[in-house]
Amino acid sequence: MDALLEVSGLSLSFGGLKVLNGLDLAVGKGAIASLIGPNGAGKTSVFNCLTGFYRPSSGSIRLAGQRINGLAPHRITRLGMARTFQNLRLFRELSAIENVMAGRHCRTRAGALDAILETPRHRREERAIRAQAERWLAFVGIPEVSEQMAGTLPYGHQRRVEWARALATEPSLLLLDEPGAGLNSAEKAELVGLVRRVRDELDVSVLLIEHDMGLVMQVSEHITVLDYGRKIAEGDAAAVQSDPRVIEAYLGREEDAL
Amino acid sequence: MSEAAVRLGRPGWSIRRALGVVVLLAALAAVPGFANNYYLEVLSEAWFYVLLCLGLNIVVGFAGLLDLGYAAFFAVGAYTAGIVTLRLGLSFWLSLPISVVAASIAGVIIGGPTLRLRSDYLAIVTLGFGEMVRISVRNLAVTGGASGLVGIERPTLFGYHLDSIGAYYYVFLLLAVLGVVASHRLENSRIGRAWKYVRSDEDAARAMGINHAMVKLAAYILGAIFAAIGGCFYAAKMTAISPETFTFNQSLLILLGVVLGGRGKIPGVILGALVIVIFPELFRDVGSMRMLVFAISLLLIMLFRPAGIWPEKWR
Repeated sequence: MDALLEVSGLSLSFGGLKVLNGLDLAVGKGAIASLIGPNGAGKTSVFNCLTGFYRPSSGSIRLAGQRINGLAPHRITRLGMARTFQNLRLFRELSAIENVMAGRHCRTRAGALDAILETPRHRREERAIRAQAERWLAFVGIPEVSEQMAGTLPYGHQRRVEWARALATEPSLLLLDEPGAGLNSAEKAELVGLVRRVRDELDVSVLLIEHDMGLVMQVSEHITVLDYGRKIAEGDAAAVQSDPRVIEAYLGREEDAL
Repeated sequence: MSEAAVRLGRPGWSIRRALGVVVLLAALAAVPGFANNYYLEVLSEAWFYVLLCLGLNIVVGFAGLLDLGYAAFFAVGAYTAGIVTLRLGLSFWLSLPISVVAASIAGVIIGGPTLRLRSDYLAIVTLGFGEMVRISVRNLAVTGGASGLVGIERPTLFGYHLDSIGAYYYVFLLLAVLGVVASHRLENSRIGRAWKYVRSDEDAARAMGINHAMVKLAAYILGAIFAAIGGCFYAAKMTAISPETFTFNQSLLILLGVVLGGRGKIPGVILGALVIVIFPELFRDVGSMRMLVFAISLLLIMLFRPAGIWPEKWR
């Protein structure tokens, strides 16, 4: 497996609290991988380290062979990693299309002077930004909401806007933090389809955190199980489901009979 | 909304609206033909404050940052014009590019250390910066100390000497119009959207690949340039400048115009600027109580229109 993301020995502490403890994680090129674990296992902290929001205390993170730990979030996004947030983080008072246009920022160049003088370059770029944003809204299946204020959209649509915004940055790896949270079962089924389309049509690898085990088992080809900041198991769905350490982490240890 | 308008990223810009703007500008340009000097003086000041408020609106409205020391940038422009013409003996027109550079440096000086700060801390630092600039110009020899700079020469444009109130009416009207155009174009650009993203959710903006530090710095610098260019022409109009023009009250008045009108909304900010200049004049008949009446009307506006008279739709 050709690794796109390679994490080794990742540790993160807040004061005396060890949130992550020597975590190794790899996502192959073109893979759909999941990171699971009980509440508080450190899943979102992993994402925050990967995307540069937290600075790990040790370990290394490589994206396509390039070391990215220590870089600022915006530079990591430019290098090809995009994310969605566990609790929606849309620009609520802006329209859906303006939200998606945010993703184009790091792939475009026009500055303040271009804007004030309305140079041809600026006009061309603005047209391209808008056209691409519309294309991404269409890709996630909601082209009709483009002019509506993001905060007023139904929850499922807001999730899709967040996807479109992340995809607009042209990532090679997409991180999805609990993409199924708050969705009904029909929407979850659509989500599975969308994850597969992202990988198959766009050639974007996906790493997701998810609580819905049905969803995880259905969509992911490789699963890493995290507990207390350590990796306790990994493999495909069948291997992980039958692993006694995973069962123990989720359900607790079976006490010996007296 | 027409398709062409959407493509240009200019919502609602139609032929009818363009025609309205032309008629309005023609009417404003005709004012010196019949108005007396008092009206011209008040209106020139109003256009000048429109420019200042639009500049501060970039920082406060678009980028959602606070700046309680904005008068410092206005001072940078005015003193640049004074020093360039009086001390260096150069043409007034050279003071424009020089003041743009000076304002950019001042913008970086205030913007740099404040990038990590939010709300109340930002307020304290910007307030301190404003006072530092005022106290510096009050104590430096090159800026003429407490008495300031006197006898700044009025500029000549294409052989026409700008030495009447009518001329400055047009100068400040033109600056205000340019300020509106520049603000409008910035608002609907890549950088203008970046300001709104950072204002709305800084972390989400960073995750989208936006360098929030550069975006905020750009807001401070552009806002500073608006004030500095205005300051140059202010010096030329007054021919004398002193530190007492650039007090905290001045910064507060400009901020008042922005907040009162509706931060982030260009027509609202224009309206706010007009209110802060014209209201006190309207109440002249009230005599010594006029500032009290002004204050009460401001309180009433803020009570009933907390987001400003003409706010951005989301606030």
